[in-house]
Amino acid sequence: MARAEALPLRQRIGQGFAEQAFWDRAACARIADLRAGTALGGRLAELADKSVVVATASQLTTALALIELDGVARRLLILPPDVDPAYLDALLAGAEIDAAVVDRATPANAAFDRGVRIVCDEVIVPAERLAVASRDTEWVMLTSGTTGIPKMVVHSRAGLTASIKPAVGDGPVVWGTFYDIRRYGGLQIFLRAVLGGASLVLSSAGEPIAEHLDRLGRLGVTHLSGTPSHWRRALMSPSIRKISPRYVRLSGEIADQTVLDALRIALPQASIAHAYASTEAGVAFEVDDGRAGFPASYIGIARDGVELKIADGSLCIRSPRTASRYLGGDATLADPDGFIDSGDMVELHGNRYVFVGRRGGIINIGGLKVHPEEIETVINRHPQVRMSLVRPKPSPITGSIVIADVVLKSGRAGAGGEFAAVKGDILKLCRDALPRHKVPVAISFVPALDVAATGKLARRHG
Amino acid sequence: MSVKLTIMDQMAEIAREHGKILAPLSDDLVLLDTGLDSLGFAVLVARLEDRLGIDPFTASDDAQFPVTFGDFVKVYENGAR
Repeated sequence: MARAEALPLRQRIGQGFAEQAFWDRAACARIADLRAGTALGGRLAELADKSVVVATASQLTTALALIELDGVARRLLILPPDVDPAYLDALLAGAEIDAAVVDRATPANAAFDRGVRIVCDEVIVPAERLAVASRDTEWVMLTSGTTGIPKMVVHSRAGLTASIKPAVGDGPVVWGTFYDIRRYGGLQIFLRAVLGGASLVLSSAGEPIAEHLDRLGRLGVTHLSGTPSHWRRALMSPSIRKISPRYVRLSGEIADQTVLDALRIALPQASIAHAYASTEAGVAFEVDDGRAGFPASYIGIARDGVELKIADGSLCIRSPRTASRYLGGDATLADPDGFIDSGDMVELHGNRYVFVGRRGGIINIGGLKVHPEEIETVINRHPQVRMSLVRPKPSPITGSIVIADVVLKSGRAGAGGEFAAVKGDILKLCRDALPRHKVPVAISFVPALDVAATGKLARRHG
Repeated sequence: MSVKLTIMDQMAEIAREHGKILAPLSDDLVLLDTGLDSLGFAVLVARLEDRLGIDPFTASDDAQFPVTFGDFVKVYENGAR
């Protein structure tokens, strides 16, 4: 008998509790119908052995398309909704895309006219004969947030599903995710629902948090996942009282103690876990003791086939769940020993590692990654400014926000009213040139900044 | 200026900077309905730390997040004592 992870998704659905359904705000699909049905208008066979971009606007059609295509297509490129259209041509060419699956709401774009173009519907209709799903399809995801064109990261079905354990006991599972399933953290929840025979409640673009929470409550969500920023927003909504999940999961950003404690108080019936995962490294570990960071004992020994080490302060991961390579370009994913360097800097506090920030100072503001250099460049345009350093400041709402230390050419430093005019000028420069999450929340005028031996500004972590 | 007035003042300023329309503030108004989004509140908490010298959310062990504008003001009034 074939090992379970060798079976494509379609053959693994409908094995859970009676009624497996996937919902978004507008529609509901009975997943069991896909065992002998299709949402692709009977055209699945045209996608056999193709390199297919999944460019559906709704997450529900994405979910249906992924189940249908796994094992049929040679390659799946999963396009997140926020990808910059300017990069589409390069991405699709780099992934050798020769077919597109869209839905009725996908914005028109000539980039998707590449041979076969199929519209995915939310409605599943019975199919006479379905294409044979026997391939080991490549799943390609985009990295998030950095500047420039996103990197394409290649995963296998086996790697993506390796951290998923069979659900134990306790009746039907209804998963919910605040996280878009076209990003790694959300895709993990989609796969958990598919393989666990569970239902899944998806978010819809533009849906207010209160309505989303109402919907999650009404549909009886038992397992709910999101980033710490998603959860902080949910905690600020009175509608958090509408949900009572048994299991709460945080991933995608570093979970701090404040958000973990707030969830414990707001959802006392739930067990709370935070997962460390990235698009490149896959799911590395989960922590379920309610404390931020992770036990020092996780380092050095393999757990579940995953090995962690710390190199120059950064967490490195080697496991069967990591991506296999980048598509296109010559960037290498792992070091010669197979470890992927996460760039997440950790420090040992007692017997626990805590995350202190990103190497290179990349700052995560509510899930949006910010390069401090981009902001410094704008500040440094001001004629009175000698140099500047942009750094993160912890925020209970978005994880971090940015603040700036500025050295004036005059050398004057301080915080008095005499600086109000230049401060106002700098902020205006920033507001005119940058999106608002990149505008510093505070500016301090300092006499000097540390410069490291490399000649670069010394950036502290965290 | 009272704690409450400082908060209202800062909220109005952030709404203007972020191009948002601030709802009329009353104690039972839900924070998420004020017109500021997560980033707006992140900026507000940072500016209030500057003005009032406290960040009650990071400092306190009582990790309840405020839901209404009145709750939010109370967290700061209690912290400022």
